[in-house]
Amino acid sequence: MSTALVTDLTIFILALLVGIEVIGKVPATLHTPLMSATNSIHGIVLAGALLIGVSAHNVVGYILAFIAAVFAAANVVGGYVVTGRMLKMFRRKVPVQAPAQAAAAELNGKGRDAS
Amino acid sequence: MTSFTGSIQLVYVVAAACFVIGLHLMNSPATARRGNQVSITGMVIAGIATLILMIHDGTVTATGWIVLIAGAAVGSAIGLYTARSVQMTAMPQLVSAFNAVGGGAAALVAIFGYIDAESKAGGVLGTTTVFTVLDVLIGSVTFSGSIIAAGKLQGFISGSPITFPGARLLNVVLGVVAIGTAAYMFTTASLPALLIVVLAALAFGVMMVLPIGGADMPVVISLLNAFTGTAVAMAGFVIANWALIVAGALVGASGGILTKLMADAMNRSLANIILGGFGTGDSAVAVEGLVDAQVRAIAADDAAIQLAYAAKVIIVPGYGLAAAQAQHGVAELASLLESRGIEVSYAIHPVAGRMPGHMNVLLAEANVPYPQLREMEEINPEFGRADVALVIGANDVTNPAARRAGNDISGMPILDVDQAKSIIVIKRSMGTGYAGMENELYFDPKTSMYFADAKKAMSDLASAVKTLVG
Repeated sequence: MSTALVTDLTIFILALLVGIEVIGKVPATLHTPLMSATNSIHGIVLAGALLIGVSAHNVVGYILAFIAAVFAAANVVGGYVVTGRMLKMFRRKVPVQAPAQAAAAELNGKGRDAS
Repeated sequence: MTSFTGSIQLVYVVAAACFVIGLHLMNSPATARRGNQVSITGMVIAGIATLILMIHDGTVTATGWIVLIAGAAVGSAIGLYTARSVQMTAMPQLVSAFNAVGGGAAALVAIFGYIDAESKAGGVLGTTTVFTVLDVLIGSVTFSGSIIAAGKLQGFISGSPITFPGARLLNVVLGVVAIGTAAYMFTTASLPALLIVVLAALAFGVMMVLPIGGADMPVVISLLNAFTGTAVAMAGFVIANWALIVAGALVGASGGILTKLMADAMNRSLANIILGGFGTGDSAVAVEGLVDAQVRAIAADDAAIQLAYAAKVIIVPGYGLAAAQAQHGVAELASLLESRGIEVSYAIHPVAGRMPGHMNVLLAEANVPYPQLREMEEINPEFGRADVALVIGANDVTNPAARRAGNDISGMPILDVDQAKSIIVIKRSMGTGYAGMENELYFDPKTSMYFADAKKAMSDLASAVKTLVG
């Protein structure tokens, strides 16, 4: 077993333990944003997709690199935007014009229903 | 490792640290937004480091750059559009879709690596590792499984368990083919073998999710999330990139924890959920002694009187609430009650909704302040002090039968709704819940049934309360 592999495995196992420790403390109320946040974090696979592109020199390579780039970019951008959108909604106090805003938000939501 | 690639790895470690700090800040709704920003910073750092690495490498062809830039632009546009336009009720589908593309991209990293090495002199054998194979297997299963899960949630595919004779045998065959061929890849470099592994894994993913029912989706999404993380970590091993390894491990840990929480909240083992067939109605048995029992039906006015003169009201929302798009109506009724000095809180069961924490997001969107959203363990002791428990679109998670042995939901943690002084259940009909069994709560003498669509019920209740108290 090479030193590099041992290093990689060590990092993997330690990161796993850190993950368990940190995520165990996230309250249930934030579990959906948490999942969406971890979703955007695995968008780091974009770095992998880009590095594929480094060695791509034929049609098959280019096609695979393109698909991987589309997938990973959608993952990372979409993940962060939607997480931000969700977290913005968590408020400690009711905003002053709550009912009006709620109605507006609902109308908005309906308008977007078709998408 | 040259000093250059070494420094780049260190930059990736900084990015990974940002991910950890970002997740840590999610331990409270007050700091969570900052957490997301820290995480974004980490991602930007990783992106810049990757670009530097690519430029330094200098072997990227002009076509390569165009392909990558175009791909990233198209992907970003798709991601941005969906993230902005998606409705909160559709979050589980979106998360599934992101699991699919994440897992798919991770699989492609290994697939490309294999094809690339195969085309070169010296061949693929020396570079095919257990990580390459695991990445292809897990990534492909995640990709197809998540697409099926998203399709079920969106309603493109029936949400009820889909099974057919021989389905389990087919699963076993697919599993054996995928793993067997993968093992063969170690001994013989073969592109057809790679193709067989990919196809068998894709088919396995489909077969794994098809038999799983709608209400088990919180578990499935969490599990697929853990798979995606693992696939990304494997991709990290394949290309020796620490950022991918750490990020994948974090996501794997998160998905694993959530999977366990969800399975525990249903008191079912993971194997039981994956093997499926639950909720098909086959095992439904009427609870004895309920056959002759009567339920008490009430109208909006009666319910309004109970609510308006209560001191403490606990609202118990279930997926039916979201299905009826009644979350804004509930929030309005609650703020009306609060304006009368009534203490209102929401009791949220861990599996309410179609993904972990789904109900909380739906209520937050309807402007319910998060301190009012209470977890099961925290709120259960308070039911005894509640004058009214208002159950909207929740069923099995309120059934006291779960405390007894010998039925489908025995041992499942439930909300102690039956401890409240009075109970109002809003429901369209007497239909049974997902477990296909009668809810004893409805036959409790303290319980009144208000048969109506949740959304309409909320506006009727609100206007009845207003008329009542002027």
